Amino acid sequence: MINVALPKGRLGDKAYALLARAGHPCPAMQEDNRRLTFENEAIGVRYFLVKPSDVAVYVERGAADVGIAGKDILLEYRPDVFELLDLGMGRCRMCVAGPKDFRDDPTQTLRVATKFPNIARAYYSAMSREIELIHLNGSIELAPLVGLSDVIVDIVETGKTLAENGLAPLAEIVPISARLIANKASFRFKGDALRALCADVERTMQA
Amino acid sequence: MRNLRADERMSIELRSLYQRHGYLPYRVNQFEEYDLYMRNKRFLISEHVLAFSDMDGKLMALKPDVTLSIVKNTKDSADTTKVSYAERVYRVPRGEHRFKEIMQTGLEVIGRVDDYTMGEVLALAAGSLQAIGPRWALDVADLDIVSGILEPIEESVRAQMLALISEKNLNGLRALCRAQGVGERTAAQLYSLITVSGPFETTLPVWERMALPDACREALCGLRGALEMAAQGCAGRINIDFSVVNDMRYYNGLIFTGFVEGVPTSVLSGGRYDRLMRRMGRSSQAMGFAVYLDQLGRLLDRRPEADVDLLITYTEATDRRALLAAAREATAAGESVRVQRAGETAVRSRRTLSL
Repeated sequence: MINVALPKGRLGDKAYALLARAGHPCPAMQEDNRRLTFENEAIGVRYFLVKPSDVAVYVERGAADVGIAGKDILLEYRPDVFELLDLGMGRCRMCVAGPKDFRDDPTQTLRVATKFPNIARAYYSAMSREIELIHLNGSIELAPLVGLSDVIVDIVETGKTLAENGLAPLAEIVPISARLIANKASFRFKGDALRALCADVERTMQA
Repeated sequence: MRNLRADERMSIELRSLYQRHGYLPYRVNQFEEYDLYMRNKRFLISEHVLAFSDMDGKLMALKPDVTLSIVKNTKDSADTTKVSYAERVYRVPRGEHRFKEIMQTGLEVIGRVDDYTMGEVLALAAGSLQAIGPRWALDVADLDIVSGILEPIEESVRAQMLALISEKNLNGLRALCRAQGVGERTAAQLYSLITVSGPFETTLPVWERMALPDACREALCGLRGALEMAAQGCAGRINIDFSVVNDMRYYNGLIFTGFVEGVPTSVLSGGRYDRLMRRMGRSSQAMGFAVYLDQLGRLLDRRPEADVDLLITYTEATDRRALLAAAREATAAGESVRVQRAGETAVRSRRTLSL
């Protein structure tokens, strides 16, 4: 049995559709109910639906053998897992954003609001820029509007939310997309099944 | 033995295995000078060290590692030292945010590490995994092969490549090779570090057929010898897998990591660390491994069906002498006995006696 952790929501739906097309379907997934685990015993696969930022935790600790996680989560939490495939879906960019007319004053400490403190810290420390990090859990775009921060570090998909709030991307830190990750111990004991799953998905993506 | 925790029981079993092979028991001090760890920070699994000031004001640490202490206390000599240990260490486990006391056992060879010794250490690593669980995997790689392949790559990019190899991130490695303009032949060899992995019986010949730099060929030859020795009479799986690559500032040559089914992270890791020896001013060669027993609790500790063999309950009216006699009779027969008042929450017992 392969245990797969999927992120709840749109990305999870898309990822499941890809896995189903690749020969790992689980009809119970399509039923509209509140269950959190779905099993297709005949082909030996069990899906869990978890919060997107928790997928890596399930995989790292072996509760799931594989999972679908955004590169943003992998960069932020650095879980000890294998990153087997770039699924090319859920594409977006990790960006620095701020008021359209923002001018950085290098004599001042830059105030950065973000949900991704580790990514933000690594980015600015590589530039030797001193920052004050403000860790928020949501509505990051609000921070520069009300003077909580100078800029934000956040995921930008279309840039629409930013534009509607008079903000714009100022610099791209790294492109983001969904990745297929695997637990390191599972890879040793269910290696053949995981490699086969990986190959099925890769073939389906190219088709 | 039955009342020992799983990690304690396993620690005794493994130490006995090492001592049967002539690895003499070694004891290190619980405390070590803090400075030792600060100078070799990157050698540690986590950089956090529990420190305190000793009575004379000297900054000391609760040891997070055993190898550094053993190396520190070993002098260069013509003889080879083989030691084994079982110690408690204090560190922050990966993915956690608090210090933990961890039972660790392992062995070290310091002096001359020849082909026989490499095979012996690898075989004992396989033997340790075999003792822990029926299904296990020992993943082995050789850093000299990796450094041979990385030779033409610019030094500043090598660490990034090693990180991608340890993630098995083929997409990422391809993208980086393209961005760096790495030549086709080197790029193909780098990809093989991810793709050519699995049971050594099938993957080693693939490596041996590849057109690799001379330094790699020599390493492959040593690798074959050690793997064949370790695989003799062993029931598990020995793989070649370069995702076990480690910090090249300390390690060189053979490195390995062990997994046991049922535990989500590695339980054993080790390798050649001649480079650490140089950094600590020693000219000897060295090799060893450690087994982390903290992960094994849930795997090995089956909760017993009963807490005691016999539960004796008594009331106000029970004759105390008869009670004592019944308890003594059972303990004399080798049973565990719990005596408690009737009506109190009972422990789980195999049988009960009401007096």
